Amino acid sequence: MANQPIDAYAASLPPDKRESVYQSTKGTHEKRTKLLWDHFLDPNELRQTAGRIKQHVIENLDTLLPAAEAKLQANGVQVHWAPTAEDACAAVHGIMDARGATKLVKSKTMVSEEIELTPYLEKRGMEALETDLGEFIIQIDHDHPSHIVRPIIHKNRREIATSFEREGLGDYNDEPEVITRRARDFLRQKYLQADVGLTGGNFISAESGRLVLVTNEGNSRFCLAAPKVHIALVGIEKLVPRDRDLGLLLNLLGRSATAQQLTVYTEFITGPKSPTQPDGPEEMHVIFVDNGRTEVLASQCREILRCIRCGACLNVCPIYRQASGHAYRSVYPGPVGAVLSPLLAGKQFPELADLPKASSLCGACNEVCPVDIPIPDLLLRLRDKGKTEGAPKASIGVPPMGGWALMASQPTAWKAALAGGKVINHIPTKLIPFPPLQSWTSSRTLPEWRGGSFRKWMKNRPSK
Amino acid sequence: MSSARDQILKRVNDALAPLPERAPLPDWDRELVHVRETAIPPSTDLWALFSERLKSVNGEPVDDLATLVNLLRENGWLHGYCDPALWPELQSAFDESFTVETDFDRTRVDDYAFGITAVAGAIAETGTLILGDNTTSSRLGALTPWAHIAVVRDAQIHPDILAAINALPEDPNLIFVTGPSKTADVEGILIEGVHGPGRQLALRR
Ligand code: SF4
Repeated sequence: MANQPIDAYAASLPPDKRESVYQSTKGTHEKRTKLLWDHFLDPNELRQTAGRIKQHVIENLDTLLPAAEAKLQANGVQVHWAPTAEDACAAVHGIMDARGATKLVKSKTMVSEEIELTPYLEKRGMEALETDLGEFIIQIDHDHPSHIVRPIIHKNRREIATSFEREGLGDYNDEPEVITRRARDFLRQKYLQADVGLTGGNFISAESGRLVLVTNEGNSRFCLAAPKVHIALVGIEKLVPRDRDLGLLLNLLGRSATAQQLTVYTEFITGPKSPTQPDGPEEMHVIFVDNGRTEVLASQCREILRCIRCGACLNVCPIYRQASGHAYRSVYPGPVGAVLSPLLAGKQFPELADLPKASSLCGACNEVCPVDIPIPDLLLRLRDKGKTEGAPKASIGVPPMGGWALMASQPTAWKAALAGGKVINHIPTKLIPFPPLQSWTSSRTLPEWRGGSFRKWMKNRPSK
Repeated sequence: MSSARDQILKRVNDALAPLPERAPLPDWDRELVHVRETAIPPSTDLWALFSERLKSVNGEPVDDLATLVNLLRENGWLHGYCDPALWPELQSAFDESFTVETDFDRTRVDDYAFGITAVAGAIAETGTLILGDNTTSSRLGALTPWAHIAVVRDAQIHPDILAAINALPEDPNLIFVTGPSKTADVEGILIEGVHGPGRQLALRR
């Protein structure tokens, strides 16, 4: 029986990579847990409240989106709407064209990965450069991020040093400090030359129109200090109702993502720079991106739109820890990706229909999620969808269980099977050419058959 | 053809129409986000608490101007930028071994070893500095030098994040800075000063 694609990928990973993904996710997860429980009297109540706030947001997008738009416009921000990935790329391109801009610097945004902005702009003669250190390394390597928060969790310093040498960023040196300084020198020149700074958006408050951005490196600050235009690509679900809710969510985000009380740089942006400020954007644009989100909203899995992209569910997931992010073949890896990616894929759902099975359903992802997304439930709903729609990928690695289902649903057949089942203890089961059994026993030992004795016990029990 | 905006809002409406009811907006009490060990009594010396928290995120509190100038000299940071509004107040402590400019020249970002700017506020709970466009004389002046010195006055310190958010001043760009710029992208090893300051100082005034 064929392996599930994710297992096959995990098996193909060099052991040292697997080990490093395992160790670093485990370390971050443990720190996160300690910090939350040390700091808050009731972290669970905190996460559940955050979850209810975000659930309110997604179920009230019809009023919150126009409210946020009105505030943004009143603050001097130009608002654009992009139903598809192509529309979002075209909107960025259009803004650049109108300014005669050719150079763009990006602060890490998952939406720009999702809409494949860089190749779109490069094809049209524009330069789009990643400035987050990890994303920059990904870009020069023509690779993909494998974690939402730690994009190069899958690369070691030797690989990075080799890439830097190849790109002419100095002789081979794999000291992390040297690598970082070289990137600093190279990138600060790029910020200063760029016409446009592009960011994502962690939150937008519908109350004030404040856009919130968090980074540790300060690259988003640089993207908003040197260039004259700021473009923010924001998924339509990224709203919060009130400014004070930001206080709650920010308290959770840093701790859940990297076990920090607060991320180093947390920006609250309401518009273009103040007239007294010499640096920073004279123009600010927000592009609200749909790209499948409204379909997710219409689905049975809308809770996934609460996600604040902290990566905590990746760090705790036993499957992610073994397989790493590329195994998920999509922009969003780990448990969140297993739900979100197949949904965002729209008509291509069958292509990713195996992802909801990349889970042990242990529930750890739900337990750590700062917005309390019931990921295991959503995975089950998606497994069901895969099965109902007959997606072939949804059944890879699953033995055909039709015969079993028939037997288990007929009381007479079931009783007969229980009575006769003892025979199995005397048969070398591994040799039976029955695929479901073979697949099951290939990684497990069949326990001794003891079926039927409960019924006997029940029957012979002295009545009270 | 309807506009992109109408298209998205229509899809949102259609998606939400079948919901029998909408999730209500929960209210929450500030106790919920009170950090246990810093439930701060009103009489607390906020500068002391802020200093301690700043140190825990690898920032450096500096209690007086003379100490700051010595520190700059010891590190060989002799060329810097200073907010023109602060310079008259600080100038007398700097001797002629220093070159301090009050105009930030973006073509020479690497020439400045330090940048001195004012804050819009600070947060004791997290050791955070708040910079704003109206209070920070130059975004680049606070960001590109290796050492950033934020000038903090006691009355500007908020006890916690929530208090700071509830009192955010009118400003198009406010930034909470909690320690020096850092990354752990390379094998999870912490390196400071990746794009912004490698040293984050706060001077009490
Ligand atoms: S699903 Fe929850 S835990 Fe996972 S990234 Fe999103 S917010 Fe974080």
